[in-house]
Amino acid sequence: MADLRCNIAGVQSPNPFWLASAPPTDKEYNVVRAFKAGWGGVVWKTLGEDPAVVNVSSRYGAINYNGTRMAGFNNIELITDRPLEVNLREIKQVKRDWPDRAMVVSLMVPCEEESWKRILPLVEDTGADAVELNFGCPHGMSERGMGSAVGQVPEYIEMVTRWCKKYTRMPVFVKLTPNITNILHPARAATAGGADAVSLINTINSIVTVDLDAMAPTPIVGGKGAHGGYCGPAVKPIALNMVAEIARDPDCQNIPISGIGGVSNWRDAAEFISLGSGSVQVCTAAMHYGFKIVEDMADGLSNWMDSKGYKTLDDFRGAAVPNVVNWNQLDMNYECVAEINQDLCIKCGLCHVACEDTSHQAIFANRVEGKRHYEVNVPECVGCNLCMLACPVDDCITMVEVDNGKPYMNWLQDPRNPANIKAAE
Amino acid sequence: MTASADIQAGRLRPDDYIENFNDVHPPLDRKRAVIEASRCYYCYDAPCVEACPTGIDIPSFIRKIATDNVKGSAVDILSENIMGGACARVCPTEILCEGDCVRNTQEEKPVKIGELQRYATDRLFESDAQVFERAASSGKTVAVVGGGPAGLSAAHRLSMLGHDVVVFEARDKVGGLNEYGIAAYKVPHDFAQREVEFILSLGGIELRCGQAIGTDFSLSDLRRDYDAVFLSMGMSGVNALGLENEDLAGVVDAVDYIAELRQSGDFSKLPVGRKVVVIGGGNTAIDIAVQTKRLGAEDVTLVYRRGKDNMNATWHEQDFAQLNGVKIKHWAQPTRLIGKDGQVKEIEFEYTQLDDNGRLMGTGDHFTLLVDQVFKAIGQTFVPTPLVNGSADVLELAGGRIAVNEDRQTSLPDVWAGGDCVVGDDLTVAAVQDGKLAAVAIDRRLRA
Repeated sequence: MADLRCNIAGVQSPNPFWLASAPPTDKEYNVVRAFKAGWGGVVWKTLGEDPAVVNVSSRYGAINYNGTRMAGFNNIELITDRPLEVNLREIKQVKRDWPDRAMVVSLMVPCEEESWKRILPLVEDTGADAVELNFGCPHGMSERGMGSAVGQVPEYIEMVTRWCKKYTRMPVFVKLTPNITNILHPARAATAGGADAVSLINTINSIVTVDLDAMAPTPIVGGKGAHGGYCGPAVKPIALNMVAEIARDPDCQNIPISGIGGVSNWRDAAEFISLGSGSVQVCTAAMHYGFKIVEDMADGLSNWMDSKGYKTLDDFRGAAVPNVVNWNQLDMNYECVAEINQDLCIKCGLCHVACEDTSHQAIFANRVEGKRHYEVNVPECVGCNLCMLACPVDDCITMVEVDNGKPYMNWLQDPRNPANIKAAE
Repeated sequence: MTASADIQAGRLRPDDYIENFNDVHPPLDRKRAVIEASRCYYCYDAPCVEACPTGIDIPSFIRKIATDNVKGSAVDILSENIMGGACARVCPTEILCEGDCVRNTQEEKPVKIGELQRYATDRLFESDAQVFERAASSGKTVAVVGGGPAGLSAAHRLSMLGHDVVVFEARDKVGGLNEYGIAAYKVPHDFAQREVEFILSLGGIELRCGQAIGTDFSLSDLRRDYDAVFLSMGMSGVNALGLENEDLAGVVDAVDYIAELRQSGDFSKLPVGRKVVVIGGGNTAIDIAVQTKRLGAEDVTLVYRRGKDNMNATWHEQDFAQLNGVKIKHWAQPTRLIGKDGQVKEIEFEYTQLDDNGRLMGTGDHFTLLVDQVFKAIGQTFVPTPLVNGSADVLELAGGRIAVNEDRQTSLPDVWAGGDCVVGDDLTVAAVQDGKLAAVAIDRRLRA
């Protein structure tokens, strides 16, 4: 049995699976159910200053894809709409009752030093393990100068982070918004401000669907809609890239990362951890299926680690980071070609039509003794993987490396690079 | 049909009849249809299309279901097969489109193409939308003999192409086997007539029911009065067992009984035996066996002279019959009908086997079944006499049916034929394709 214990910026939890700051962590009742189900920690839904915000009715929208519900999810909900005192009291009680679980409290107050100075001791008094600064929320709060309105300005991030480090002994997590051009700027600002960790990604500005009868974006509130924050399985690739960018950036100084974005199962979690995440935070999957999913997350991760011989999370944390490089470091001499396993082929022809219509015309559609036969035209195959991806049968099409005997040569070394041609002249 | 002590109507409670003759497969609702549609891989050069006699672009119509473009889906289907609604219910999809679905190779579970086709066509019919238009009138009129699937398919396509059509139908209603011959639970309620109404709603098609060729008019009359003729009168002959006592009460032609059942407004009024024996191995045999069971017969035994794989009824149909409690006995042929007071009481069979040359032969061993009703379902034949009656024209025959070329044109240049009266697969879908091909060929000739 692998050891799933997680330590990120001094915050301990029995496993790396935390519930992200969101409706599932809005109150004691939900959080206790989550802990009973086995979640390693929570980031309590964002606290703000009283009076509490007011939420609208009709709050969520979703993308359904090919019969799969909630492949992408968005919301227009604001931070907690309950009084600060109630939240603080419940946080204190839950932390007392569940001391081994990570209790991180998300915060969002106006971008003024006094506001942060006022709220931080109140949170510290609950016995919470850390705070997470919500600089990510892209809707509603940002119109009031908070959330992503702060997260999109690196100078503000650095400033507020410094205030927080000044007024609390608790570790400070800075939650980053993906609604920026380059994630490294806010991440470096958080690092410079003394953040103990970054959490990412928050949700992405989105309109998930347009109701073509109402002619309004969903979720519809009285005939109108506002852009929301997009999350769920569909955003995982964006999150993985941003996590990897930070993990391999020297200026971010190996700052601990709590990975967020479409984590739905143990495999997603393992991918985030392999790119340098400490804990992972989950929301949409829990909102879709309930808290029970953590059982498979922990069990699956443990079984996979056993199969790989990893004893602790640190054994593979960041293991994929060295293999994430800039394009110009890729081997220009590497070659692979598609190979079709004829025994597995079900004759759907998708490899052929994908290649024929949209790629390199490298798969023949033949009839052999009247039967459909799809075959790779090896000299034309550029090794793009499209056929393998389109094929509905696992392992039917594989990409086989061609042993061309050529040495590693990246683009910077490549004589075809115009910069090199110029230099040679 | 006379009732005797062991042949009775009303064996079941009223609710049982409703349940037994309701839709054998409940239709897919939108959610199920979308999920099933998402299983389609949208194959290139899809094998299912090749397996469909009418060549419906199946991946396209399924994709349109998945995207909620259900009208577009139905139009894709009906453009190739105007009886797509009936075919969705009666096609042996397990040996056609679904039999060739690539998902069979992968997981032995094809996409439910038939049920999806029904979903799309049902939704269109419910909307009462007319999706086809007639071309400008050609001024030509074509006679169609027989208002079954082949005739209606030809009539619809001819009308679309701008020709007027007169359909002569010997019976009271058009629809052919969809109306008179298919098991009631496959096309329950008034589906066959609703489909006919949809076809006729295009306009340009005049029905003349109760008009039989060879009796009310001759082929020569039609050739004289119309610009072209399409013959689709099906097969009117029923094969006999060739045994003595075949006229005993209780010995019934399955097709006649099914026609009566289909036209009966009240299944509880149909007399059925307690012990029923069906002789034959095709879909009619399966249909009569299952329907008598569902009418309340206690023991239904289907006897076929060859093995399981030789039966014309597909494996799916055989499974369905067995699921309905029909006992299927292979390798036996009837040798004697034994009656009492004019009523059949027993039927004797001889076991059969193949000899060294693969020919069927009796083994000499016999068994006897007690029986109240014997249904003969050993095939139908084309009867050419009506074509000759009163007609100076002679059509060439091939394989005992009307000879046609690839365009379904007969030996007479202005006469085409299709459906069960020509050689081919005796399937609704094949008949529809015959009508479609003939209509296109007739149009080409009339415009030449």
